[in-house]
Amino acid sequence: MSTPAVTASANAREAGSVRTVLRWAVPVAVLLLVVPWIVPPYTAILLTYGLVMAIGALGFNLLLGYTGLLSFGHSAYFGVGAYVVALMVKYLGVGSMELFLFGAIIGSVIVTAVFGWVCVRYTRIFFSILTLALSQVLWSLAFKFFWVTGGTDGLRVPTPSLLVGLVTGQGDKTDFMSHAYYHYVLVVFFAAVALMWVIVNSPFGKALQAIRDNETRAEFVGVQIWRYRFVAFLVSGVFTGLAGALWVPLNGLTTPDIIHWSFSGEIVFMTVLGGFRSFAGPIVGAVVFNYLKTYAVGYTVYWQLLLGAVLVALVLSLPTGIVGTAGRLAARWKKVS
Amino acid sequence: MSLLVTKNLVKYFGDTHAVDHVDFTVKEREVLALIGSNGAGKTTLVNLISGLFPPDSGQILFRGQDVTHESVHGRISAGIARSFQLVNLFDQLSALDNVALTIFSREGKTRKLASLASADHAVWDEALEILRLFGLEGKAQMLAGGVSQGERKLLDVAIAYALRPKLLFLDEPTSGVSTREKTPIMDTVTSVVRSRGISAAIIEHDMDVVFNYSDRIVAMHQGAILADGTPDEIRRNEAVTTTLIGTTGPR
Repeated sequence: MSTPAVTASANAREAGSVRTVLRWAVPVAVLLLVVPWIVPPYTAILLTYGLVMAIGALGFNLLLGYTGLLSFGHSAYFGVGAYVVALMVKYLGVGSMELFLFGAIIGSVIVTAVFGWVCVRYTRIFFSILTLALSQVLWSLAFKFFWVTGGTDGLRVPTPSLLVGLVTGQGDKTDFMSHAYYHYVLVVFFAAVALMWVIVNSPFGKALQAIRDNETRAEFVGVQIWRYRFVAFLVSGVFTGLAGALWVPLNGLTTPDIIHWSFSGEIVFMTVLGGFRSFAGPIVGAVVFNYLKTYAVGYTVYWQLLLGAVLVALVLSLPTGIVGTAGRLAARWKKVS
Repeated sequence: MSLLVTKNLVKYFGDTHAVDHVDFTVKEREVLALIGSNGAGKTTLVNLISGLFPPDSGQILFRGQDVTHESVHGRISAGIARSFQLVNLFDQLSALDNVALTIFSREGKTRKLASLASADHAVWDEALEILRLFGLEGKAQMLAGGVSQGERKLLDVAIAYALRPKLLFLDEPTSGVSTREKTPIMDTVTSVVRSRGISAAIIEHDMDVVFNYSDRIVAMHQGAILADGTPDEIRRNEAVTTTLIGTTGPR
């Protein structure tokens, strides 16, 4: 009875040390850096989508995995990021990716601050429903105010210029997306992962986990619960907003679909798929989900049915997700050998 | 000198007079036992003082300051801490993390997002020291959800102690553990609070524990204070012996 508890905690401690993390993070990073020269452009672009979604899911999991709040409205912040970029193109004629990211951060800070202020007073199903309802409000705005947002036609976003105009997207778009833009996203991804890793391992991150485990006791050790939830909500939303901003030039178009609650469901799906109990879970989940969805869509028109079946099978057989299960298998293998 | 004073404290739940015009005091550096049958209002009194919910009327003074409407956070900063009857721990964090988090919180360091918790050696050293004080150093790396009930009880007290309180409320620190474990738990807890000059108010049902470890006993009945005195006085108090302890009285 006590042995698994010891190992779990020892693993958690070990996982928290910088050296252990670098031991596997560095090879993965190097591999990711050289990917565009190894795989076909199409695969690299798919991976770019995966990395973008990974940033969003990482933000989402700060709430689910670390604070114990299931948001069903993260499509809203993703959408804010994407629409801020599209509106900057439409009304301000901006084409610089750095300005896009800056604008998306400002936009998502404002929206998450307002939504978070309302939502963090609630927990469990009430929190989930409230986040879902608010995201649907935003969706209907994008849907109805077509003279601003283009309605269901959406808004086009041309290829941006990177690094204050040093790299422009002139010429072959596929080549640009699978090399320059891929590396751009990858750098932002590295920064986002590093930042999130520090946040969850900071004293603040510990306080969030305390709130997740036992709200009452957290309050009685002096943690002001809803302030911490609010900050977590803010950080979470901004990460997802950043993902939205990186996604839109890749897609070339933003439509209200990405604000619809079903897209929030996809964010939940990829996080559960990867495993919300581990730091790397949402990253792995987002990349895998992206491939899964692409092939499911290509394979059958009933792709949603297929993904639904996968989700059911997953929850029943691998409740700790891909990363959690892999970790357990690795631990067992280590014990045997 | 009185550390804590309540004046005419009232809390009704519908028709239930959970706490009914209670004047309760805790003196500096005393170990006080709060006794009474189930539903006497002991836990409600502690809940009111620790700020879990507000009183209907009355006043709570802590070191001369009115804390009646202070937030939980404010009361903790003032020096009031508590443990819980049904153990309240952070089950998915290690025992060491449970205490360390409390210290981070006490020091106002939980606001830090951009530094690694593991880098703050002073906090971890203190957390380990506190676990040692409560005899839990061997369980430091275990998840709080995975240690024995007696150890969970101690860890619960250790967390409250880590807040460096002046007044510590312990809600049934020995309930749900075997009789054999009660003595070591009480020995540990009382020696820690006495050596640090902390006042402790302990809700307890086990009369052996009550008479062996407390300086003063407050007996509650139906929301009001029935008796207040030294263990000897309470032993001789007929109202207490008939209503609470049974006619034969304690050994």
